Amino acid sequence: MADIKSLEEKFQSIVDAETKIEPKDWMPEAYRKTLIRQISQHAHSEIVGMLPEGNWINRAPTLRRKVGLLAKVQDEAGHGLYLYSACETLGIERDELFDQLHSGKAKYSSIFNYPTTSWADIGAIGWLVDGAAIMNQVMLCRTSYGPYARAMVRICKEESFHQRQGYEILLTLSKGSEEQRAMLQDAVNRWWWPSLMMFGPTGKESTHSAQSMKWKIKRKTNDELRQQFVDISIGQAEILGVTLPDPDLKYNEETGHYDFGEIDWEEFWNVVKGNGPCNKERLAARVKASEEGQWVRDAAMAYAEKQAKRKSEASKVA
Amino acid sequence: MKNWPLWEVFVRSKQGLHHKHVGSLHATDEKMAIENARDVYTRRSEGVSLWVVESKHIHASSPSESAELYDPANDKIYRHPTFYDLPDELEHI
Repeated sequence: MADIKSLEEKFQSIVDAETKIEPKDWMPEAYRKTLIRQISQHAHSEIVGMLPEGNWINRAPTLRRKVGLLAKVQDEAGHGLYLYSACETLGIERDELFDQLHSGKAKYSSIFNYPTTSWADIGAIGWLVDGAAIMNQVMLCRTSYGPYARAMVRICKEESFHQRQGYEILLTLSKGSEEQRAMLQDAVNRWWWPSLMMFGPTGKESTHSAQSMKWKIKRKTNDELRQQFVDISIGQAEILGVTLPDPDLKYNEETGHYDFGEIDWEEFWNVVKGNGPCNKERLAARVKASEEGQWVRDAAMAYAEKQAKRKSEASKVA
Repeated sequence: MKNWPLWEVFVRSKQGLHHKHVGSLHATDEKMAIENARDVYTRRSEGVSLWVVESKHIHASSPSESAELYDPANDKIYRHPTFYDLPDELEHI
């Protein structure tokens, strides 16, 4: 036991000195588990996140919008793959990660359990949902685990295009007809609160926060990131001419930040527990894609094995 | 379900630079690995050349042996140019 303790102390001193932890380095089992949980949850979110947006690809209003949305959804797939790859360096297999998603054991961001009912939702997702994700991801570029930090750097570089394409969609609607402006306001009304919930539970109820901060997996608390997001959103909403659906939103001279209303935590936990508007639909779509694609994966593997066998037999004859 | 083999991906960002490790992916063979690497790691012209190596073929040094591996270099300061005392007025050297 004394051994583990001294290893843990050494580990903490490496983290405290801002040296990154790499896959083959010794790490506490709980650090490894926390990272697997967090990175896989993050990867699953990217993959499931393609579903609400995919819903609008073939209904995009112009070709310009369609290529932008297609490229964005393709990026989400890429981001999922960077993250699965980072997660696998911790000694877990890709299949096991998928099984955890499909069985419901692993979570993904609850935001994707809300439906995209109008074209304006695609804009609102880019602006608010990606905006909130970027807050979190910029912080994670400095996370203590090397492969995770490197994946986040790549993701952040690409994510800014996502937010800009979303904002441009909304900006166009804001200059449109009365109906288009109403569509914009309606989307913002529906996406604002769920976006604030994306940062997770508030201080007291956030179970993993303290240890993750100590290990420098996280650099800021959920509440700090949420406040930062609220503060920057105000000016962006003004340019769009939309109202954020919170009567308590008010600048606080003392703190230099915007105060905002109470988040509906009951709704938050309800969606986390699987009772959001689209939880079942999202998971069913993933399971269906996996099951129906099984024969393709099997066939590709069988083909590769056959080719390799033929190649080795041919070389023996020669 | 059988996992497709894991491949490590290296990208040369432009002529004249080394290939650099960027991550990994799963593919059934080297051809698919290159095609997938193109889609996953070079969507914005990040590379002019790709290497893929099946991960099982990579042999790595162990962090627990770092001391034995790297210690021998630590006390050989005479391998560095600043070890040699030369007058300040000496130029072009």
